[in-house]
Amino acid sequence: MNRRPWALGAVVALVFLFLYAPIAWLAIASFNSSRSLSRISGFSLQWYAELVDDTRVFDSLQLTLQLALSSAVISTVIGTLAAFGLRRAFPGRGLWTVLLSLPLVVPEVVLGVAMLGFFVKLAGVPLGFGALLFAHVAFSLSFVVVVVRSRVSGMDVRLEEAAADLGASPFVAFRTVTLPLVAPAVVAGAAFAFLLSFDDVVISSYLTGVGSTTLPVFVYAQASKRGISPEIVALSTLMVAATALLLIIGVVFASWRARRTGSAAKLAV
Amino acid sequence: MRPVLRRWLKANALLAPTGVWLGIFLIAPLVVVVEFSFATRNTGVARAVLPWTAQAYLTALDPAFLPIFGRTLLYAGATTLLCLVLGFPLAWFIARHGGRYRTALLAAVLIPFWSSYLARIYAWKALLDGEGLVNTVLGWVGLDRDGGFLLTHGAVVLGLTYGFLPFMVLPLYVACERFDVRLVEASHDLGHGRVSTFFRVVLPGVMSGVLAGSLLVLVPAAGDFVTPKLLGGVEQSTFGSVIDDQFRGGNNWPLGSAMAVLLLVLVVVVLVLRGRRGEDVL
Repeated sequence: MNRRPWALGAVVALVFLFLYAPIAWLAIASFNSSRSLSRISGFSLQWYAELVDDTRVFDSLQLTLQLALSSAVISTVIGTLAAFGLRRAFPGRGLWTVLLSLPLVVPEVVLGVAMLGFFVKLAGVPLGFGALLFAHVAFSLSFVVVVVRSRVSGMDVRLEEAAADLGASPFVAFRTVTLPLVAPAVVAGAAFAFLLSFDDVVISSYLTGVGSTTLPVFVYAQASKRGISPEIVALSTLMVAATALLLIIGVVFASWRARRTGSAAKLAV
Repeated sequence: MRPVLRRWLKANALLAPTGVWLGIFLIAPLVVVVEFSFATRNTGVARAVLPWTAQAYLTALDPAFLPIFGRTLLYAGATTLLCLVLGFPLAWFIARHGGRYRTALLAAVLIPFWSSYLARIYAWKALLDGEGLVNTVLGWVGLDRDGGFLLTHGAVVLGLTYGFLPFMVLPLYVACERFDVRLVEASHDLGHGRVSTFFRVVLPGVMSGVLAGSLLVLVPAAGDFVTPKLLGGVEQSTFGSVIDDQFRGGNNWPLGSAMAVLLLVLVVVVLVLRGRRGEDVL
């Protein structure tokens, strides 16, 4: 297995091409001078200019961000607790695993209509921000638990025992030993939860109320009438660019810190 | 207190908030769907009323819906297979040859998904249509197709595969990372060829990841209706789009609910078939 896996590398390159082709195309089309996504007719910044001026997009973007942040915070906190709860075997753990796998496996359309029926039936919950938040946490939680749990279960218990032997109280041991070890997974889980909420179309489309349209639902409604607007293409391009930039900064920072502390260049997560 | 009991209490205390949240906002809604599926159709506000009846199930199982079931299962099955074929080399490469760039490579798999889901589908729409890039490039070698590749089964499977690939790659990656490569060397030493080693050593070794990934792709893909609608057109209606129509138009909530319950049955079947294998990955 010491040979360089050229053939495998070539396949992987093709898969990455598949993953990035539409994104690259979106980026190119966002600078197109015409509305068309398939024909590039010239360079222009007009879609970015219109994006900045569009208050409807801005309003729903604001709502979507608030929703995604709230959902990410709640699901990360209770999901991380749950991941720790599942750390050691106990009677009934299998049942919890099945419950937690449901949101991952049940199709979105089923979750969406179920929640619509539930909220409509319970007159106390009007459609809108509250209903959206309840639903988004419900489908993001499991992803947080899966991500954090994989880190928690791979953690060496002896590290915490050593801390206790050296006189650390349970709280101090948790704060100085356990938390730094799981922190990357918690951050990854939070990012996952944020993304799931931020980009959700199907479930949200059943639960938006008057004046509480999230951005993906707004885009979907608009797109089904006259195709996707170039402003949204510009916004998507900005989001991917921002994410890529954040990740690059994160990786560079992590390797800089690793080199500085002299520990092995082991990147987090 | 006995240690087992104490451990049980501690675990359940930590799990309680999650349990309460999922109990109210996941389990209760699913129970409501089952209830709706046995209700009578009503065009009023409640859209599903008493008395109980199995009429919705009889309608849902009508032969007229058979082609839609078949198409949906075909799309979901082909998507799962394609995700496996594309995802396995990727996961194996990152886990085994990624070295210190592993995290960066995994992140690179996820970056495209920070753009809007709808924008990505529309990007495929633009790439696949008659004057799109794919058709143009294929035209150079004479493989282009009149009118492009939109509104074909292939376009739908491609779009679904694109959307669900990360859900296959992540569990596969975990399984590949845990797999002991020395087993491959041992297999070669014992005289097995590459193909035989792959099917008899590697594949069983990463089976938990294959099962977990397929679970995350198969049923959700069967329920997706946005991708088939945008890339396949109205003719390609799927199970998910029929459910969506019953609810969004306010047409027939009991029928939509009965179909949702049928998808839930599929979920249960797949979960039972998987059993305990791969539980550690998911």
